[in-house]
Amino acid sequence: MKTLAELSAIRERMKNKVALREGESNYRIVVGMATCGIAAGARPVMNALLEEITAKGLEGQVHVSQTGCIGLCQYEPIFEVFHGDEKTTYVKMTPEKAKEVIEAHILNGKVLTDYTIGEL
Amino acid sequence: MKELSLNILDIVQNSVRANADIIEITIHEQGPLLTLTVKDNGHGMKQDFLAGVLDPFTTTRTTRKVGLGLPLLKMAAEQTGGSLSIVSKHEQEHEDHGTTLCARFYTDNIDCPPLGDIVSTIVLLIQGAPFSPRYIYRHHKDGKESYLDTDDLHEQLGADIPLSEPEVLAFVREYLTDMEGAL
Repeated sequence: MKTLAELSAIRERMKNKVALREGESNYRIVVGMATCGIAAGARPVMNALLEEITAKGLEGQVHVSQTGCIGLCQYEPIFEVFHGDEKTTYVKMTPEKAKEVIEAHILNGKVLTDYTIGEL
Repeated sequence: MKELSLNILDIVQNSVRANADIIEITIHEQGPLLTLTVKDNGHGMKQDFLAGVLDPFTTTRTTRKVGLGLPLLKMAAEQTGGSLSIVSKHEQEHEDHGTTLCARFYTDNIDCPPLGDIVSTIVLLIQGAPFSPRYIYRHHKDGKESYLDTDDLHEQLGADIPLSEPEVLAFVREYLTDMEGAL
């Protein structure tokens, strides 16, 4: 069984890291998590994004957050990737596709046009 | 919704939108009866809004005119022979304002969805709330309890580390998985 006391070790490790990270995120990913998104499978997509970001050590470069209904319920699960002034909208996501997006878009800067809203 | 935990992830966001700073999520399982209670100290609802809140055409969002969160939860509960009730006190009328929602499910009914991945639901609620609101989660089953209070997490971590840090979330996931597994 894990105990909450183990968090103090995390605290020590993170102290310096968090300060460094502030204002450093290059990418922002926003996942639609309203009723429509959740019913369509946004939760596993969100889990996959967080897992992949940790696995690839991208914590400092990507900030993931949740939002409500984006207004395109029929294309959920949706997430938007913000980078500078650019916004890319990925639609009908699955955990597998989400991991591909992290690899191609976030790691290599290549937009996966097959999965973007423009393709529909 | 395929799992009750997805309904929970959905409706708790109503409490967040109501500016609650404490949200208590309690799941109580006794025999075939599963009771879900979500209690917040948000701004509450006035009686006329509350009267229509289970109507799919009532919503606070602006992108469209339907809101299915509560109707879907109500349907899920009633399909099992259970029920949904909401009590709310608006901040303009009551000092102890907030909303309490209670949904009852009969888990021995074939139409009862499984609770599902409640750990992911709690982790994602915390992910969306790096500092506030405070979540208190309790899951009672046959005399055993799984329990998490985000204030305890902040206490261990210090005030400056957001709970949305991936390393913290990974810990919470493991911690909760252990406790849920022991139920």
